[in-house]
Amino acid sequence: LSLAAAALAADEDPKLVVNGEIEMITRAPAPEHVPNFSEVTSGWLYRTEETQALQMDDFENPGMLNVEQAIADFNAPAGPEGQSCSTCHESPDVLRGVRATYPKWDEEHKEVQTVEMQVNECVTERMKAEPWDYDGARMVNMSALIASVSRGMPVNVAIDGPVAPTWEKGKELYYTRFGQLELSCANCHEDHYGDMIRADHLSQGQINGFPAYRLQNAGLVSVHNRFKGCVRDTRAETFAVGSPEFVAIELYLASRGNGLSVEGPSVRH
Amino acid sequence: MKPSLAVIAVTLLAATGVRAEGDAVSPEAVVFGERGNVEESLTGQPGNPEAGAEVMTTKASGNCIACHQVTALESAQFLGTVGPSLDGVADRWSEAELRGIVANAKMAFPDSMMPAFYKTTGFIRPGNAFTGKAPDGPLPPLLTGQQIEDVVAYLMTLRAQ
Ligand code: HEC
Ligand code: HEC
Ligand code: HEC
Repeated sequence: LSLAAAALAADEDPKLVVNGEIEMITRAPAPEHVPNFSEVTSGWLYRTEETQALQMDDFENPGMLNVEQAIADFNAPAGPEGQSCSTCHESPDVLRGVRATYPKWDEEHKEVQTVEMQVNECVTERMKAEPWDYDGARMVNMSALIASVSRGMPVNVAIDGPVAPTWEKGKELYYTRFGQLELSCANCHEDHYGDMIRADHLSQGQINGFPAYRLQNAGLVSVHNRFKGCVRDTRAETFAVGSPEFVAIELYLASRGNGLSVEGPSVRH
Repeated sequence: MKPSLAVIAVTLLAATGVRAEGDAVSPEAVVFGERGNVEESLTGQPGNPEAGAEVMTTKASGNCIACHQVTALESAQFLGTVGPSLDGVADRWSEAELRGIVANAKMAFPDSMMPAFYKTTGFIRPGNAFTGKAPDGPLPPLLTGQQIEDVVAYLMTLRAQ
């Protein structure tokens, strides 16, 4: 615990304010459905001061360059009728609030949809264009744009009604000990957040900051890509990006962060 | 020269990936006592403490310091805090108990987060090392029997006095 304590001692209670105006909630009372926590905390709190600073200013945050690319894409016509996102959604700003409620139930398709699935629904069914690669640059950038316009808003994902079975599935997966190392998400992110695992300071593994710009990858990382990395690190066969298993884990994890601010694109080491 | 039966047997076992050459006891055959202790050496060969320290600090090997602090190994840097410090561990546990903890810690500490280093079956979605892909064949244990004996020999040097 000594190292972790030292890392936190730098600033006992740092505040995340982006561009001097967007105040982020990085600590919130744990939602009722997360009985093992009293407080939920943003992954930002566990990073070094230098990495933290990069997320406090859009000119420093490399993920904002991806957001700019997505803004161009938002207005780019595609498909037989030459529609763009802006044909139907006037500007990215009208999608403010969306990120905070996803994944959510789609009545028409009778399924839990992630933001990526919803975007592909618009791309294929409305614009009649080819689907975007779930984890491709175009999609990750668009997901960063959609997150960025909701920054500061508290995550508020529904867990009851038609999404309940998916939520239960996500919870079960969260506590399953995968791989030859037999580790569950909970082993690292629930039982040992605040501890060091080798050089890494373990956070609660919240997803309110996604997509995240990872300095070590020099790129924006989708939430399912992050899941893949963590499952792989248990010496397990991972699930695919966009798989029903990762959608379920995403819903469950998003709900564990209810009350924390949407932070994407965040900056991580 | 005709290969001896023993050589053939060892080669076959190595091919299945279950038992490394020279290990006397396969992971499936390890006998755990009531406290999770393993009395019998896994190889019949004495462990080498220096090789054990190497296993403990090497990322692609035992990587014990991902979770444990050991003052004598601090030069390896970035020691984890997930598990207890192993300083003085030989004062707390016997050699047989340490062998059992390293081979399969869940026998001594039910539900422990510590991985089982000498176990080859019973995993959920095991992968091919850190590739994220399904394994090509049977999994080798995380450490060979001799590596476990080496680690145990190193742990036996960790005494308060
Ligand atoms: C062996 C330990 C370990 C396991 C098991 C593990 N993770 Fe992680 N995870 C890490 C480390 C280390 C990091 C990077 C530091 C941090 O944010 O905790 C991380 C980061 C994350 C993050 C990014 C958090 C942020 O704010 O940037 C998410 C999300 C995450 N993990 C989800 C999961 C999920 C889901 C599972 C299970 C399927 C899982 N993890 C299993 C070690 C683990
Ligand atoms: C031809 C019209 C049209 C186009 C073009 C279009 N959308 Fe949509 N979009 C809709 C409609 C209608 C809905 C609401 C239906 C639904 O929720 O399934 C919607 C819903 C959404 C939502 C979810 C809103 C919410 O409140 O849940 C997102 C995000 C979104 N679109 C993004 C995009 C993006 C990004 C593009 C371009 C790549 C795009 N859309 C192109 C019509 C369109
Ligand atoms: C992923 C984390 C992790 C790794 C890797 C790990 N351990 Fe552990 N170890 C633990 C935890 C947690 C405990 C505490 C026992 C429990 O679960 O109650 C423990 C306990 C022990 C103990 C008993 C300590 C005592 O004083 O009671 C020994 C000895 C030990 N580990 C040795 C090792 C060795 C040797 C390795 C590598 C070959 C290793 N560990 C790798 C997590 C780990």
